[in-house]
Formats: sequence, structure tokens, C-alpha cells
Amino acid sequence: MLELRAVDIRQDDFRLRADLAVATGRKVAVIGPSGAGKSTLLSTIAGFFRQTSGQVVWQGRPLDGVAPGKRPISMLFQDGNLFPHLDIARNIGLGIAPSLRLSEQDRARVEDALQRVGLGGMGGRTPAALSGGQQSRAALARILVQNRPLLLLDEPFAALGPALRAEMLDLVSDLVDETGVTLLMVSHDPADARRIAQDIMLVDDGHAYPPAEAGQMLADPPEALRRYLG
Amino acid sequence: MKHLGFVAGCLLATQAAAQTPVLNVYTYDSFVPEWGPGPAIEKAFETKCGCDVVFTAAGDGAALLSRIRLEGERTEADVVLGLDTSLIAQARATGLFAETDVDAAYDLPVAWSDKTFVPYDWGYFAFVGNAGEDHPTSFRALADSDTTIVIEDPRSSTPGLGLLMWVKAAYGDEAPEIWEALADNIVTVTPGWSEAYGMFLDGEADMVLSYTTSPAYHVIAEDDSSKQAVAFDEGNYTQIEVAAKVASSDQSELADRFLAFLVEETAQGILPTTNWMYPAVMPAGGLPEAFEQIVAPGKALLMAPDQAEAARSGALEEWRNALSQ
Amino acid sequence: MAQRPVAIGRSLGYLAAALLLTLLGVPLLAIFLRAGGGVLPGPSDWAALRFTLTQASLSALFSVFLALPVARALARRRFPGRRMMVALTGAPFILPVVVAVMGLLAIFGAHGLLNTLAAQVGLGPWRIYGLHGVVLAHVFFNMPLAVRMILQGWQGIPSERFRLAAQLDLSPGGVFRLLEWPMLRQVVPGALAAIFAICLASFAVALILGGGPRATTVELGIYQAFMFDFDLGRAAVLALMQTALVAAAAILALLVTRMDGSGTGLDRALPRWDSPGGWRRLADVLGLIAAGAFLVGPLVAVALAGLSGFGDLPPGLWPAIANSLIVSLLSALTTVIVALALSAAQSRVVQGIGLLPLALSPLVLGTGYFLILNPVIVPGRLALPVTVLVNTLMALPFSLRVLAPAYVRVEADFGRLADTLALRGLARLRWLLLPRLRAPIGFAAGLAAALSMGDLGVITLFGSADRQTLPLLMFRLMGAYRTEAAASCGLILMALSFGIFWLFDQGGGKSNA
Repeated sequence: MLELRAVDIRQDDFRLRADLAVATGRKVAVIGPSGAGKSTLLSTIAGFFRQTSGQVVWQGRPLDGVAPGKRPISMLFQDGNLFPHLDIARNIGLGIAPSLRLSEQDRARVEDALQRVGLGGMGGRTPAALSGGQQSRAALARILVQNRPLLLLDEPFAALGPALRAEMLDLVSDLVDETGVTLLMVSHDPADARRIAQDIMLVDDGHAYPPAEAGQMLADPPEALRRYLG
Repeated sequence: MKHLGFVAGCLLATQAAAQTPVLNVYTYDSFVPEWGPGPAIEKAFETKCGCDVVFTAAGDGAALLSRIRLEGERTEADVVLGLDTSLIAQARATGLFAETDVDAAYDLPVAWSDKTFVPYDWGYFAFVGNAGEDHPTSFRALADSDTTIVIEDPRSSTPGLGLLMWVKAAYGDEAPEIWEALADNIVTVTPGWSEAYGMFLDGEADMVLSYTTSPAYHVIAEDDSSKQAVAFDEGNYTQIEVAAKVASSDQSELADRFLAFLVEETAQGILPTTNWMYPAVMPAGGLPEAFEQIVAPGKALLMAPDQAEAARSGALEEWRNALSQ
Repeated sequence: MAQRPVAIGRSLGYLAAALLLTLLGVPLLAIFLRAGGGVLPGPSDWAALRFTLTQASLSALFSVFLALPVARALARRRFPGRRMMVALTGAPFILPVVVAVMGLLAIFGAHGLLNTLAAQVGLGPWRIYGLHGVVLAHVFFNMPLAVRMILQGWQGIPSERFRLAAQLDLSPGGVFRLLEWPMLRQVVPGALAAIFAICLASFAVALILGGGPRATTVELGIYQAFMFDFDLGRAAVLALMQTALVAAAAILALLVTRMDGSGTGLDRALPRWDSPGGWRRLADVLGLIAAGAFLVGPLVAVALAGLSGFGDLPPGLWPAIANSLIVSLLSALTTVIVALALSAAQSRVVQGIGLLPLALSPLVLGTGYFLILNPVIVPGRLALPVTVLVNTLMALPFSLRVLAPAYVRVEADFGRLADTLALRGLARLRWLLLPRLRAPIGFAAGLAAALSMGDLGVITLFGSADRQTLPLLMFRLMGAYRTEAAASCGLILMALSFGIFWLFDQGGGKSNA
């Protein structure tokens, strides 16, 4: 279970409070108006941003003071998810060992992950030689080998077209089902949320509200969500 | 016991043979290159002394003295070679140099009786220009003419300091006037001799402050007789270059021998065409022909070391004031 | 959102900064201790200070304002040989001072090209000596630096904004007001301060071209105090004065420049849509030609002068070349290591500290180290390490200027990704920093190698007969009437400096400014 215990995030005029829990294995869409602090919330969970007070807790263990790379978390950003100077296989290999000293077995895992996301045999290419969709797949392949129990997606597919984005979300959904990881995914589009999320977490007015069942939320939105959906 | 002593004696002997005594000589930069006097003198002395001569180059004469003062009594130097008459008073005041018994029948323009500093060569400062041109022959004439000159800075070079002393020795209290009158002749003031002479050769000025021996270099090394040094009516200032033994030397005797060697026939024969100065003691073979053609100043000016040291800062102040206007 | 709780490597940066401050401060302290205190500067020192400030201010102003049109033309024109031109305009900066002055005199001297041409049409003669000559030489040395800094600023404007400007059909005036002026307001003060700081420590140029004691700089006062008066207290106080000035300039530079972390992701060239034609094109072309001629002319003169003396070069040339290469390569290596370590701090304060070596002349550093070493070991035995150390310190401000912003940009673009992957220490260095920083590292190393190649350095204090470097050989040839051989030596030195810079720069891949 991921818990945000009385978390209070402040920077200059900005303020966001969260006191909630996400059950293990749930797929949660984080939605809310832009500027509400969705990305900041994910950054705080990932360890890039330190909350002013409160605790981020995973399976009963506080994560404060743990470096981002040491947290049980893998994350994809809006962009810059691949190192342009390394080929795809190495980019994925970094998810196994930062030193890139890979065993035969590790290499096989990288190839399996490539196969799984539909990029079999393309490990030798650089990111620039791939299309946007392929780049997203490669990043997902790294998530696979990283094998962390909590996955944070900060709109990594925002730049893709609707069809491609839907394809990616389906892929993510499959991967999450296969591995049983807990997913937090920032989204602008209720359709995305409907597509893969079980729960919706609303971020608005300086608050991150506890996640609630998606179908119910969308069928009978609370006041804040209704305002956002328009 | 007897055997033991014999064995020990042998061991000590081999050790001594393995450790040839080393004579460390600190000198200025232009002494050590393959075309300078250093290598030939080193070779000649090493065949006589059974020692190893090691030259260490440290900029020019002034930098050389600074280095010795920085190192103080911990210096490795046994001999310092390359101070000149303007620096002797400062050098003596450090107390780092020791007297020596070296003496010779010096052919210097002044009588020499200093027991610490051994003169090994000397020369006259002079303005050098192109032959065949009509050059002024006194500071006053120079100041009145349109002739342009490049000089060296007395704050960073020994020839520059020499010129300062030259004007002071010739004109005393009138020196500031001379400098003021010269101001419009001076194209520029360079940090060292090399830059000044190079600029003169490139045609940046009609004349340059150098030595009377400069034309001899062009004749001997380049077969070029187009340069000419000028004797001034006031006389030309003399530079005498000296060497001295360092008091803290652990090779005191060897240092004495080196200083003596320096004023003997062999070394004195090497110096004129490598250091381009007059020998302190005339070699039996005389001077190279080109040296015979060198202009001889009517009068050799030189301030005694203490007098030069006393006059230096005042003269510098006058020089700066006159040229800063 | 830049506030990041993790700071891997930053402590290394602060450690490097502390080490640097020690390396700079201890020599000064040693001189003070040996002198037994300071000696207050006299009236002539204040005059020297005034002249130093005047010439440095004028040099900075002219360098930057002449660089503006050149950088602008280079930024908005694409033509064959543009990269070559950018590279070549960097040349004077890495040229040994004495060689450069020879070149300048061949163009601007009494019998230089300019006066010869002027005489043809009945003008002149024009004299280079004086404040204007000093400024001219400093512009020659530093305008390329200004061009590079400003060109970087221009290329730092996201191409999307130029695209937008083209879409809106903005006039050149509009582009200037909306895109270029805001950039210049950030970049120009930094360039001014940097060049001001560099020119403060001028010595040989100011003296040779200054025309006399009017053109006395603080640096000459330091030299005189060390070498002729052996007045260590006065030398130390003057050195301190100079340090304070450079520190002030450095602080100013930092206050006005932003450490810009924004940048694009994947490697690509920046197209421009707004290159105006007509008289503006002509002006750009003329500006580039004039700047090119001004910067390249003296270099050509040096090359021509050096051609005739090759036969006269002594056999000592080869060991001198070898010695110079060793010193240069070692200095480049240590400079890059220290600059990378300092960059890791990602701090403007540390970057400012990295500028401080500009203030301390090799003479001050050398003498300080000499005094520290002398009680322990004969300083001459440490000639190589000390020379490399001093060269490293001298090259550091320039290498750091290249590396630090690039480092910040890499961390901004990829730092979070690297963090989520627990990429730290050597792995981060190997898989993120070195590959992403290849171009700036190559450039910084080339700069350091070339600068230390031409440096006479502390050899005067630490040198010995058997350790002759190329600049020293050149100086010795000049000092032995052998001007032609010296000119050839200068040509070799210039070729080696450029060659080694070019090799490193190429090794680093493309350098676009």
C-alpha cells in the first residue's frame, strides 16, 4: 500500500495537501486542471521534490530520505525518458545495472523485454532512429526490466496521436496486469482514465483527494471533478 | 681487523667514484642553450675537475638573484654566475655569498678589487642602428633629433636598468631633463632586451638600446655588417658580469676552482663569440676580427655598486615621472 | 521545481572548490608570511591601478561591442566554411602573447602592412604605441572569446521562437526587440566582466604596446617587486589588490549571468528562418570579412615570418617539442578533471571561484609554491608537477566556462532519469556525463592544452637547463639575436597549439560555438 500521510507540499505560493492511501496493485489515474500539482505530487512520491511535512510510505516503510533510484519506484516523464547517446539495449540495460555490466542472463532479459513491447531485434538502434511510439515502447521495456512495484507515469504519451496513445495505454495496462504493479498515471483525458484506470485521484484546489472507483466517479462526479470535466 | 679496514676502504672508494662531485651553477637563461657559452665551458671544466657541472637557468640576472634570495641558505647552488654591477650591492647585502681567492690580470675598463664577485666578461651599453645612417652621438643630440628608439624597462630588465644608470652617471641632477627631452624619441619600452631588439630588427625604430658588441654578432654569425653601434660623447655605461661562490656551498673548493677556471684562457676564449661580450682577461689569441671593428667609447661610465644601489630608486622615480607626462 | 533533495556529486564539487581556494590562497599566504606583512601601495602603484582599470574597461567594451555584429552574422547566416570561420576566430585566444605581438606589429607596426598601404595613398604613418595599441591587442586576443560567448547566447535562443517570429513576419527590429535584446541583456554583461578580468592581469602586451611607463599595469608592479626590488610584501599586497579586482569582476559576471539549464533533448541543428536580405546581408558579409581579416592577418604574418628560419633551428627543438607536448597534455587532463569536479557543484558561487585564478599571475603562484616547497624539497625537482599545476589553474577559468553550463544542461535534461535509474558515481560519469559532455570536454581540453602549450609559465622559477619547452626555446633564440629561428619556433608553436586544440575539439565531436 502507498500512503501519503498528511503530506504538505509548498513552494512559493503553491500548496498541495494529500492524506490518502492507494492499495497495492490498483491502477489509479491522477486527474485535475493543469497547474493543480499532479506532476509535483508524482515528483514528491518519486523523491525529486521534498514535501514540507508529512510522510510518503510504501508498504509501511517511510521513503523520506531515500534517493529516487533507491525507491521501489519506476517513473516515466513527459519527455527525456531515453538517453539519446546510448542505444536502446543499453538504455534498457541501465534498468538492470547502472554500471551496464550485464551478464548473459541480463542480456536475455533485455531482449525478452524488447520482444514483449514489440521491438524485438531493435536493441542496437539509437532513440533518434525510432519513431515516437517506438521510443515510448522502449521506455516501457525498461520499466519491465526495472521490475519495481510502483509505476509512476507523468503523461509520457502526451505527444502521441490518439490511436497511438490508446495503443500505449493498452500496453501499459497489459504490463501492469502481468506484473501486478501499482500504477499512478497523470492524465488530462477522462477517456484515458476510463480506458485503463480502476480508480481516479482528483487533484484540485490544493488538495489531492483519496482515490475512488473510476466508473462511479465518472458516472456521478463530485463537485470538483464536475467542474474539471466541464 | 686489518682486512675489515681494507674492505671498508675499498667500499668507500667505489662509492666515491660512483658519486662524482656535482657543482651546481645557477645562471641566467641565455648562458645555457646549446649555442650559448654554457655547454662548452661545462665540457672544458669537467675534463679538468673530475666533477659534474650542472647549470640551472633562472630568467635574467635580476630573476637569478631573486631565486637565490628565495632559496636562501637551503639553496643547492654552489656558484651563481650572471649578476652584474647594478646588482652587486643587493647581492652582497644578502650575505649569501662568500669571498674567494681568485685573482687575475683583468682587462676591464675599471680597476677591480672585489674579493667576492669575480668578473668574467663585460661590455658597453650602446644604441645600435643601421650602418650608413647619420646617428646622433649624445643623449642631447638624440633628444633634439627625430631619431626613434626602443628601450627596455628598468623595472624588468638589466639593460633597462643600465640605461637608467647611464643617464644618471652622465647627467646627475640633470637626468630628469634628459628623460623629458627623450620622451618623444621613445617609441616604446619593452619588458626585456629580446623584444626590444626584435622590434628594432623589424623596423619599428631607428635605434635600440643594446651593446656595442651587437654588430659583431651580425658580422660573425650572419656575415651581415649592416648594424652599427654608436659611441656617445658622454661616454657609454659599462656592464661587468660577475660570478660568485655561495657561502652555504658544500663544494666550496670546487667552486673556487670553477671561478678560477672562468677567468683562465680557455673559458675567456669561449665567451666573446658565445656570450657576445668582451673577455675579462684578454686571451693570448686576442679577439675575433669582428670585435676589433667594434666602436670604442671615448669614456667608460660606471657607478660603484653601492653608489648605483643608492641612486636606483630615485633615478627610477625620475624616469617614471619624466616619461609619464 | 529545481529543488532536488538528492545531490550526488555536488559535495565533490564543493570539495574541489575548497581545494582550489587552498591552492590559490596558500601561495599568497606563504608570500605574506615570508615578507612578514604587507607594504602599503605607493603613488606609482595607484597610477598603475588606474591605468590597469582604464585599459581593461576599454578592452572589454571594444571587444564585446565589435563582437556583437560578428556573432549576429555568424548566428543568422549559413555559408560554406562557417564552422571553419568560427574555429579560426578562436585562434588568437590560444596564441602565445609574444608570438601574437610579433604578428600584430607585422600588420599595425611602423613598417606593417597597414602603414605601407597608407603610405601608398599618402596617409600615415600611424603609430600603434599607446593606450590604443594596448586596447587593439586586447581586442585581438579577446574579441574571439566575446564572439563565442555571444554566439552561444544566440544559439541558445530556442529555434521555435525564431519559427514563431517568422510566422508572425516580425521585422528584424522586432526580432531584435523580442528575442535578441533579452538574450543580449543576459550575455553581454557576463562577457564584459570576463574580458575585463582577463585584461586586468596583462603585462607584456601593455608594456610593449603601451609606449612607456604611462602604460604600467599592476602586474608589472608585481614583477618588479619580485624580481628587481625583492620586496615580497609589496608584491603580495599588489597581488591581493589584483585578486580583489578580479573577484569583483567575477561576482559582477555571476550576478548578471544566469546559469541556464534549459535545452532541447535530441541532438539536432538549429535552422533559422529570419535571415534578412538586402543591405543587412551585405553588412553581415562585410562585418565577417573585416573581423576575419583582423583576426587572421596577424596569424598569416606570423606564419610568413616563420618560414625562412627553419634551417637555423637548433637540434634542441625536438626535445623542446616533446617537453611542451607532455606539459600540455598533462595540463589538459588535469584541467578537465578539475573543471568537471567543479561543475558537479552546479553552483554559481563555485563557478565564480573558478574565475579567480585569472587574478593570480603565474609569478605569484610560482613564488608562493616555491616558498612552500623550499623547506621540504629542492623546488627545481618538482618543476614538471608545479608547471602542470600552474598551467591547470591558468586554464581553469576558460575550461570551466565551457563545461559548467553544459553540465547544468545535461543534469537538467537527464538528471531525473538518471536518478530514477540510480545512476551515480562512476556509472553516471561513464554513461551520462562523459558521452553527453563529449563536445564541451573536447573543447575545454583543447583550450587548456593550447593555452599551456604557449605558456612560459613558472619555468623561470623552477626551470633548469635540461627542461626546455618550446616557448622557452623561442625566447632563448630571441635572446641570442637569432630572430629568424625564433620566428620559425613561433610558427611551430602556433601550429602545435592550433593542432592540439583542433585534435581535441574534433575528438569531442561537433562544437557548434
